[in-house]
Amino acid sequence: MPELTDITIDKEIDARGSFCPGPLMELIRGMKALPVGGVLAVLSSDPGSAKDIPAWIQKAKHDYIGAFPEQGFTRFVARKAH
Amino acid sequence: MPQHVLIVGGGVGGTIVANLLARSLHRDEAEITLIDSTGKHAYMPGWLYMPFNHIGADDDQLIRSERGLLNHHVNLVTGEVQKIDTQNRELRVCHSAGLDEIRGTGGASEAVYPYDYLVLATGARLEPSDLPGLVEGEGKWHHFYSAEGSLRLREALQNFDGGRIVITVGGIPYRCPPAPLEFTFLLDEWLRKQGLRDKTEMHYLYPLPRVFPIETVAEVATPLLEERNVNYTIFFNTEAVDTERKIISSMEGEEFPYDLLVLVPPHRGARVIEDSGLGDEQGWLRTDRATLEVKGQQHIYALGEATYDGEVMCFLETGQNKATQLVFNYEHPPHPPHPSLYYHMEKQLFNRAYWHLVPQGFV
Repeated sequence: MPELTDITIDKEIDARGSFCPGPLMELIRGMKALPVGGVLAVLSSDPGSAKDIPAWIQKAKHDYIGAFPEQGFTRFVARKAH
Repeated sequence: MPQHVLIVGGGVGGTIVANLLARSLHRDEAEITLIDSTGKHAYMPGWLYMPFNHIGADDDQLIRSERGLLNHHVNLVTGEVQKIDTQNRELRVCHSAGLDEIRGTGGASEAVYPYDYLVLATGARLEPSDLPGLVEGEGKWHHFYSAEGSLRLREALQNFDGGRIVITVGGIPYRCPPAPLEFTFLLDEWLRKQGLRDKTEMHYLYPLPRVFPIETVAEVATPLLEERNVNYTIFFNTEAVDTERKIISSMEGEEFPYDLLVLVPPHRGARVIEDSGLGDEQGWLRTDRATLEVKGQQHIYALGEATYDGEVMCFLETGQNKATQLVFNYEHPPHPPHPSLYYHMEKQLFNRAYWHLVPQGFV
């Protein structure tokens, strides 16, 4: 996994405090709006995101860059592939 | 001087709030006015049963006069709110009917209503234009999210003689999350009774990583889908519908052909919320979840579909005269009991008892 500081994030969505399916739906909505090649970050404090977000990115065939844990939340980063 | 409380929306939320306030506040303390665009109160859960003719279109379980449900201390204004002016604390309302019920407006078609407290119970609206193909294909796809939609679906089912039925949602959030599952179970039951089930392939598509948002409910519903021989696909976020080729496609790159498509239309918050700038770009309001005060505003509250709710009790019809029940809140997920005749009967009873218990705020 690359270092977070090496990645240029084009859009960041703060979905902290929102529960399933909140953060995942924010990610899906965000991906829809992003141009191809764009990098999206979603901040989530919902433990379910660790499983759901990578699973959706894999199914939708985007590039999963990684999950970066912070104090009380995780930053999920992905690149829109198509 | 009484404080002016304005409530927008005569659905279940607005009606309960109006009646509870009227009962708990003296008339010297508060003058309560409810503004509703139709003056009619619909029991939306009834629409689910219409396609199968369990509830007829003219059944009085479906729609009643709002006036008859309101405490007599509540003023009812029938009109459309055009503008919410938070600076001057007033609403501009275009009256649609029932002018005799409007006090102090001199019968004008438009009037300004000042408020000290504002309650937004404006609900959700269906917005098919949010999904490519739906507007162009009007009449060639179906839903059960309005009385008219349910009647058209009933007709489509009466003309159906087998094939592939796809059931899905046009987006999240949508009102009544269990409804697509319930519809699927009731449809399976109906097809069996018609002798069409062997000639029909049913496919349930859902945007999330499971068949229902809440894991504990998905754990009950998934084996039921399997037992009823319903195919399901998760992570299907509808991107477009081609009603000419009869194909539905997803953001994830999957396509499904269908003979009959039942799709919950995309939802948004009320247009007046979108126009007022109080909500997000989809017209949903953010509230403090303990007080339901709209974030960034004072003396404005929102409830029901217009925002997010805490305590929930609802039924989930599972077909074959069985149902289960979901009881949950912000902190505790539901643990649905095994589907049984008991909960189905309770729901059938609730469909009738609703009019006597819920609008008055008794339950």
